[in-house]
Amino acid sequence: MFEIAYFSNVSENTKRFVDKLGVQHHRIPVMASETPLMMSEPYVLIVPTYGGGDDATSVPKQVIRFLNQQQNRDFIRGVIAAGNTNFGDKYCRAGEIVAMKCHVPLIHRFELLGTPYDVEVVHKKMETLWNQH
Amino acid sequence: MAETKHKIARPVNWNKLEDPMDLEVWNRLTSNFWLPEKVPMANDIQSWATLRPEEQLVTMRAFTGLTLLDTIQGTVGAISLIPDALTMHEEAVYTNISFMESVHAKSYSSIFSTLCSTDEIEQAFRWSEENPYLQKKAEIVLGYYRGDDPLKRKVASTLLESFLFYSGFYLPMYWSSRAKLTNTADLIRLIIRDEAIHGYYIGYKFQKGMEQETEARREEIKAYTYDLLLELYDNEIKYTADLYDGLGLTEDVKHFLHYNANKALMNLGFDPLFPREVSQVNPAILSALSPNADENHDFFSGSGSSYVIGKHEATSDDDWDF
Ligand SMILES: Cc1cc2nc3c(=O)[nH]c(=O)nc-3n(C[C@H](O)[C@H](O)[C@H](O)COP(=O)(O)O)c2cc1C
Ligand SMILES: [Fe+2]
Ligand SMILES: [Fe+2]
Repeated sequence: MFEIAYFSNVSENTKRFVDKLGVQHHRIPVMASETPLMMSEPYVLIVPTYGGGDDATSVPKQVIRFLNQQQNRDFIRGVIAAGNTNFGDKYCRAGEIVAMKCHVPLIHRFELLGTPYDVEVVHKKMETLWNQH
Repeated sequence: MAETKHKIARPVNWNKLEDPMDLEVWNRLTSNFWLPEKVPMANDIQSWATLRPEEQLVTMRAFTGLTLLDTIQGTVGAISLIPDALTMHEEAVYTNISFMESVHAKSYSSIFSTLCSTDEIEQAFRWSEENPYLQKKAEIVLGYYRGDDPLKRKVASTLLESFLFYSGFYLPMYWSSRAKLTNTADLIRLIIRDEAIHGYYIGYKFQKGMEQETEARREEIKAYTYDLLLELYDNEIKYTADLYDGLGLTEDVKHFLHYNANKALMNLGFDPLFPREVSQVNPAILSALSPNADENHDFFSGSGSSYVIGKHEATSDDDWDF
């Protein structure tokens, strides 16, 4: 199974979803003063959307900084996005942007803490992705 | 409030943040600021005329119901959170939320003035004052807003922001899915987006408050949350039936309610309650929530919205360099 790298703001919705997955995971730090995360194994990125309707700020700046590292881009194999359908067309937009920029598939979208169904789907899709590589 | 503790009046210093979330949410809320006067409504006049009288009546009633909730949240709910704020910046965010609720409340009047006669408008407002289920939901949340438990107040507020509005929001999304009242739907989507940030922020502050409580008290508040949700839910089901039975939409609305009740709980950091089978939203309603970018909805089609006034520039070291 691929590892997971994820970002979660101080609200920690995404963190709680990741904790439910039971997959090896690494958190992208919230504060710029913390040691940056560098991935050295293939991984799937989980990213919450923060644009509030604005594309320019949809991907959290911490995730942009993380992906600006060539090494982190080399190991990314897929992306999962979090969001809230209240944001309409911008629902999980961050996932679409990362998928496009890094040329990896957007394998799932979920809202807030995710449901048991989301956990199930993510397991299945991560497995499919693993078997394809 | 900070002032009362220190016995001196303190000015809010935005250059010294205790919780960066306050500035983040402030920025997002201010850059999302909009006014109903900027949203074109005229295209709906013809469409409104194609609705049957009963459909028009239910629509107006749903909107006065929403007006009531926004009025409560603007004049009582958001303001009642100010004295409990943990930071001065949090106080400022509540004043923004409060003002925006008044904008929401006023926007329904914009819709009415475009589509309905003065007489019809007055009748619909009278209905909202006399409908027992609508009055009951107002009474339940107002009870907690006036009560003396800061955490319970935040729970009631989050449930209003993230659950109670949705019996009303359903209808404009339903019309939009049938290509009716699409201007109205554009405006309602702006409100729906605002409510997501309100529910997120108040829910987040609730969770910060919970961290400072004993385990026993946390259990008490959690049990209270589920009880209150169920109390509101029972009433909401009756309100929904009262409003929608005539249009045959009640069952569909219920799914939407379950779905949003689960999201309200998640905003408070709790697990969803309603199982997937009963909380799957009609796909037509879901796609009405996010209309296609290349239709005539310019708001969602790009980052530069014609309705939005303030806009933030990302600083350059946060930019992509590939
Ligand atoms: C200011 C703000 C803006 C948001 N913008 C979007 C958005 O554009 N699209 C979306 O799908 N979700 C959006 N969301 C919802 C978040 O992605 C969602 O709450 C997520 O669970 C946050 O994850 P985290 O707590 O792990 O940081 C926004 C939330 C906030 C508070
Ligand atoms: Fe509102
Ligand atoms: Fe609100």
